[in-house]
Amino acid sequence: MKLRELAHSRAGDKGDTSNLSLIAYDARHYEHLRRHATAAAVRAHLAGIVAGEVIRHELPALGAFNFVLTRALGGGVTRSLAIDAHGKSLSSALLELEIPDPDDERVSTR
Amino acid sequence: MSAVRPHRAAGRAAARGTIRLGAGAGYSGDRIEPALELVERGDIDVLVFECLAERTIALAQQARHRDPDAGFDPLLDARMRTVLRAASERGVRIVTNMGAANPLAAARRTAAIARELGLASLRVAAVLGDDVLAPVLAGAFRFEESGAPVRDLGDRILSANAYLGVAPICAALRTGADVVITGRAADPALFLAPLVDAFGWSMDDWNLLGQGTVVGHLLECAGQVTGGYFADPGLKDIPDLARVGFPIGEVSADGDFVVTKVEGSGGRVTPATCKEQLLYEIHDPARYLQPDVAADFSRVRVEAIGTDRIRVVGGRGSAPTGMLKVSVGYVDGHVGEGQISYAGTGALARARLALEIVRERLRITGVQTSETRFDLLGVDALHGPDAAQRRGEPYEVRLRVAGRTPSMAEAVRIGNEVETLYTNGPAGGGGVVKSAREVVAVQSVLVPASAVRTSVEIVEVTT
Repeated sequence: MKLRELAHSRAGDKGDTSNLSLIAYDARHYEHLRRHATAAAVRAHLAGIVAGEVIRHELPALGAFNFVLTRALGGGVTRSLAIDAHGKSLSSALLELEIPDPDDERVSTR
Repeated sequence: MSAVRPHRAAGRAAARGTIRLGAGAGYSGDRIEPALELVERGDIDVLVFECLAERTIALAQQARHRDPDAGFDPLLDARMRTVLRAASERGVRIVTNMGAANPLAAARRTAAIARELGLASLRVAAVLGDDVLAPVLAGAFRFEESGAPVRDLGDRILSANAYLGVAPICAALRTGADVVITGRAADPALFLAPLVDAFGWSMDDWNLLGQGTVVGHLLECAGQVTGGYFADPGLKDIPDLARVGFPIGEVSADGDFVVTKVEGSGGRVTPATCKEQLLYEIHDPARYLQPDVAADFSRVRVEAIGTDRIRVVGGRGSAPTGMLKVSVGYVDGHVGEGQISYAGTGALARARLALEIVRERLRITGVQTSETRFDLLGVDALHGPDAAQRRGEPYEVRLRVAGRTPSMAEAVRIGNEVETLYTNGPAGGGGVVKSAREVVAVQSVLVPASAVRTSVEIVEVTT
């Protein structure tokens, strides 16, 4: 399934760095997201967009994560040639990431 | 500076035990009328307009160079004319960064509007001192982003403005000012200052200042916490976004904080809308650096306590770094752009052919570019070719070519080469739009807070 079915996201920008929140609709899916929406998985998923690194911050009290993507915005909103110079739409790119269905995983580990 | 004068909004807040902050704008072009709804029906004590994006102040500085009375927010007139009478009648104070590159001129303009409206007793304060262009040019600063010396940009530099903290805003509030107008200040500080002023928070109580930063951060983008920028039909439905109500923060002296909005307004306040806004434009949630505190959002909790009433607590903090971020605006070449659309069966192939034609034309006519982009809107413009491969062919495609050039004349040639596709390119192209502009870019430097001198100037309304 797509990440979009379990979580929502908003993108923010500071200079050439984008941040993407990932917030579980249901806090019970936090661990599943922690296992599968790793910094490495997001880096690979957004390989054509992020020239720098991806750092993931964990916020268990909110059932959320914050991904920080460096060199991801064509130099930043003030000089980027991109149509979406803020990278506002990158939240939608993140939510396209394919992850296992948590219900399938529960069945298979039985 | 004027003597300390209590304001009636402070007396009302003290009697209630909470202060109610309204967010009247989340960016310079934001909707106008939600602020009036907050003043008339929100029972608020303070109305904050956050209107200053990173680059705006550099553009405003250019305007001020052309006209010494200009350089403040272009919508200041519209916003003040909409709310000033109602705010004055109800004793609602206004705090805003609409001063941009010229807070004093903005204060004089506001006083002139108050005079026109017959609001003779209004006091307007301008917060000065964020303009640090002279010391930045004189010093040996390097950009945080590129590491390059600031001096190397020479006369391309337009502006350097420090993100001020709460101290000068509090100083302005203590004069009894009804309207406080700043230039560059940390966005959360516009909200934190009235809290520090009302509750007498100590400037070394890092946990309270951290929680106060949570308040400011959740409110500063206005509609973004009340359901704006959130809806995704079927997954995240939000009613009545055409009339979205802007947020109200109810804050107690101990930092307890509830986000709400005017009853009957559009939008929703939910735990999910608050979480999205809490993490908006944050890097390390445990160290959100502000002029007055290193705020820690990592243990913030969000709890629904009623319809459109969300309690947000747990913000903490530690001592600030002692350095202020300074945004330096500079001229960074030019950008030219052109767009054209293709539709129907074969649209994608014709658009791709058109892109190749423009690419070759820029080469053979010798347009000087240091960077170019060839996009197909509706296909690969936002997330690149990898994402595009996962989808079928669209019915319509819009081609977009953009390039960075050393001069405006070169920039104009890019759009022109797209336009010539009308008579020289593939079949069925339509809807050309072209543009060329000078680029004002922004990078930042850090300066010691102790090197930034601020002051407050009062403008009285004279009749």
